[in-house]
Amino acid sequence: MNLSAEMSQAFIICISAIFTQNILLSYFLGLCPFIGVSREIKAAFGLGLAVIFVMTCTCMLNWVIYNYVLSPLGLEFFRFILFIVVIAAFVQCVEMAIERYSPFLYQRLGIFLPLITVNCAILGASLFMVIREYTFISTIGYGLGSGIGWFLAIIAMSGIRQKLANDRIPQGLQGPGITLIITGMMALAFIGFTGVLQGS
Amino acid sequence: MNRQQIKQIAREGLWFNNPIFKQVLGICSTLAVTNLVLNTVVMCVALVFTMSFSSLTVSLLRKFTPRNIRMMVETLIIAFYVIIVDVILKAYWPQMSENLGPYVGLIITNCIVMGRCEACGNSNPPATALFDGMFNAFGYSFVLLIIATFREAMGMGTFLGLPLPYFSSPYWDKWIIMVMPPGAFFMLGIVTWVLRSFEIKTEEKTK
Repeated sequence: MNLSAEMSQAFIICISAIFTQNILLSYFLGLCPFIGVSREIKAAFGLGLAVIFVMTCTCMLNWVIYNYVLSPLGLEFFRFILFIVVIAAFVQCVEMAIERYSPFLYQRLGIFLPLITVNCAILGASLFMVIREYTFISTIGYGLGSGIGWFLAIIAMSGIRQKLANDRIPQGLQGPGITLIITGMMALAFIGFTGVLQGS
Repeated sequence: MNRQQIKQIAREGLWFNNPIFKQVLGICSTLAVTNLVLNTVVMCVALVFTMSFSSLTVSLLRKFTPRNIRMMVETLIIAFYVIIVDVILKAYWPQMSENLGPYVGLIITNCIVMGRCEACGNSNPPATALFDGMFNAFGYSFVLLIIATFREAMGMGTFLGLPLPYFSSPYWDKWIIMVMPPGAFFMLGIVTWVLRSFEIKTEEKTK
């Protein structure tokens, strides 16, 4: 496949990862931080940005490691441990780099970075990338698209939850219950995008 | 360790501190497999295994683990057990391994496993940690099985693949939405609501 065809393929994968196959709304990944952090728009924004960045980079790193180290050696089953280590190490490095060079950004993102290590969406994206056998350029598109999709969902959710703060909700439904039901409605809305992309 | 303590741990894990509707942890990776009861059962067995043994191992190693790298050690212990599950599934039941896709691997980042290792395994003797992990996993499994039963029955009219009397007849219009992602969110929201309301009542009674 030539480069331009591959680029357009990556673009399609990116768009479909944002809308039709949103990693949160159709694969249920990254729900815990989604429910925990979506109370405030500011925090949601910071976490969302951090997820986009970390997801894109770790997907690329993991692709290289999987295809050039694990696959030739026949150690595929080892990927769980290696992916987790790569993610943890990457997050640690980014945290140190940000702290050193941009105190402003560190203030905004700092507290969210360690949380990301245990965000299942990050590991999930890497595992999906392996199962679907993406090429390197497609992997970049997929990582970026999944990150943006997660970002959009958490921003929308925190906007809705701020409005909910003053409503009267039955006692058992408060907190996670109502959040899950609203997420269901959002997932329904996102199903509307199915068919936007033919043959993806 | 006596009977009374085990009973107390069981009550906490199954009901008063249930992982799903009280702690709201670890719902990420397992919601996706609740569209079929069979998938859910396999996933729950995998989870019970991983959670009991990783709690036990963390507890056994708690005196030798340096404080500041314990998260990394816990993750590696969990990953070790998950790899065992994954390899066994791939060898003996490749079809199921394919159905579950990446979700078996995602048990590693399932917050509840890590959460129990942190909360209990780290500071308790091995027996307590083992039972705590096990009963939390049971509490987790029973809620997921309720969700899966409703989703499969209403969405496809079957239970474990066998047709149910009313739901598979033409009188029941199949709710396809139940087997699609939004159905999982609605179902979990409703189950959380119902169980929490009951739980609030029983808590008031015991006070």
